Amino acid sequence: MTNDQIKKLLSTKTVGIAGCGGLGSNCAVALARVGIGKLVISDFDSVSESNLNRQYFFRDQIGQKKTVALQETIQRIRPETRVVLHAVKLDPSNIPAIFGSCDVLVEAFDLADQKEMLIETMLKVFPDKPLVVGLGMAGWGKSDLIHYRKSDNLYICGDEVSEISDELPPLAPRVGMVANMQANVVVEILLTMARG
Amino acid sequence: MQITLNNRLEELEGDRLTVSELLKVRNFTFKMLIIKINGKVIEKSDYDSAEIKEGDDVQVIHLISGG
Repeated sequence: MTNDQIKKLLSTKTVGIAGCGGLGSNCAVALARVGIGKLVISDFDSVSESNLNRQYFFRDQIGQKKTVALQETIQRIRPETRVVLHAVKLDPSNIPAIFGSCDVLVEAFDLADQKEMLIETMLKVFPDKPLVVGLGMAGWGKSDLIHYRKSDNLYICGDEVSEISDELPPLAPRVGMVANMQANVVVEILLTMARG
Repeated sequence: MQITLNNRLEELEGDRLTVSELLKVRNFTFKMLIIKINGKVIEKSDYDSAEIKEGDDVQVIHLISGG
């Protein structure tokens, strides 16, 4: 495929992003930059000062809904990407309707129980839809531990061991690595699908 | 028996193991897990009864906070 064909194809695709924190905000920006046609983003939270150590927000966005702030940033980068916002708390009852039309879904939650809920719901409702999850990215260094593996339609990015704690905070470099790895996997899935 | 555990071939004692036994033998201590045997998700309530046999493809996914 030529670069023009790649851009044309990605512009027809819809990607869902569940959570607009460290993983979701960075992943969404990367996907907008490569020219994804539509992003369905969801988060109930607002931007706070402590988010700025890793999340793709700006100081003057503190207090704004994360979905609104992220949409604003994406529009400044690439206005052609359509952004659909859902400023709600995701649960098994609303996930199917919100993300049903997406070609691929990115799991970008913070808490383990939320990740579990999303993965279980998607495996039950849309077992054939690719789901790209981020697992294990706290701390710094250990770049060689970050990996990618695939289990049917579940694509796992991260080191799968580093849980956040007071001694192991989530920081921009490693969170950004995993977020961009998720975006990279999304692009690979979409381009591989196209080839059939 | 030989199984595939997280995409790697592994040799385990015996010819059958329940999911609970596998978790014990392999020291999987994380509370939040998703387990798939040959692509099928195993419900938590079935961990004591679901069996792993020779040649099975087992995926154990730890859910870790951070993002």
